[in-house]
Amino acid sequence: MPLEVDGKSYETDEEGYLADLSQWDEKVAVALAKSENLDMSDSHWEVVNFLREYYSEYQIAPAVRVLTKAIGKKLGKDKGNSKYLYELFPYGPAKQACKIAGLPKPTGCV
Amino acid sequence: MSDAEQITKKFMYINRKAPYGTIYAWESLEVVLIAAAFDQDISLAFIDDGVYQLTKGQKTEAIGLKNFSATYRALGDYDIQKIYVEKESLETRGLTLDDLQHLVYEDEDDDYAEKDSIKLVSADELGKIMEEQNVVLSF
Amino acid sequence: MSMLHTVNKSPFNNDALSKCLQCAQPGSSILFIEDGVYASREGTTFTDSVKEALKDKQVYVLQPDLDARGMNSSLIDGIKTVDYSGFVDLTTEHDSVQSWL
Repeated sequence: MPLEVDGKSYETDEEGYLADLSQWDEKVAVALAKSENLDMSDSHWEVVNFLREYYSEYQIAPAVRVLTKAIGKKLGKDKGNSKYLYELFPYGPAKQACKIAGLPKPTGCV
Repeated sequence: MSDAEQITKKFMYINRKAPYGTIYAWESLEVVLIAAAFDQDISLAFIDDGVYQLTKGQKTEAIGLKNFSATYRALGDYDIQKIYVEKESLETRGLTLDDLQHLVYEDEDDDYAEKDSIKLVSADELGKIMEEQNVVLSF
Repeated sequence: MSMLHTVNKSPFNNDALSKCLQCAQPGSSILFIEDGVYASREGTTFTDSVKEALKDKQVYVLQPDLDARGMNSSLIDGIKTVDYSGFVDLTTEHDSVQSWL
């Protein structure tokens, strides 16, 4: 089902992940978050932007364990733990945050 | 099951194919990233054309394929610390370690010091390391 | 009649290059593409046979495939790089094409 933002249509896969990474922008992110029943706060943006940087550097979306560790290193121990990340993204930080970041589903995520 | 009770096996992934021309290299990398979640003792070996997977400076825009050479640099984050490159394979291809990416991991037992993941080994040394493995997977 | 030979396999795990070099006639051209580009590097065990071919044949390599594989440096002297449109030109300039797969 395509995602509609400001009258523009974006192709997604059957699970709602954006088909074309390069079409992503902040408006698309907000719409993707809405489809997950999430309102984007600064804390959400911090994780989403981190994921986009990680993807642009390594060409993969990190596994949850790797994401948690890397967030802890970059943003501090109070954020680098699964409790904090699951509060932001109840259906899984890797899965849900990746979708909002316009990235493919993390490798190995079912 | 607690960590202490968990049985850890030695897994080695053997890579013998060049990237891009066939799908083996990328498939292997994906399997490695998935398997890394299971806290096993993982090592990677690059022999024959597999050494080409690790070359520096890959730029794939013009051939329209994903440049997954960047992903090898994430292996340290996945706690993969043993990457064996076979010496003879490099030599017959006119390559040295300097032609390969510099891959590192952080050693938790040594105050997170950054250490080299790549170890240059002879075919004979690699053969001995292969014999120590519980599981060997070939790509 | 002049022929263009293309080789798309690494010389190290397939004998396409070796057979191509045995068959290719003086005045013909050889183009390395895909994993075939590994043959264009100086200092490999195939360098001498490629240099031998350069004495009476043109040898080309596809630049995008070199770039993808990080093989831009240490090209054997005398090998010319071509882009995709150069590839097309080569196929039209020759009477026929043999693809060593």
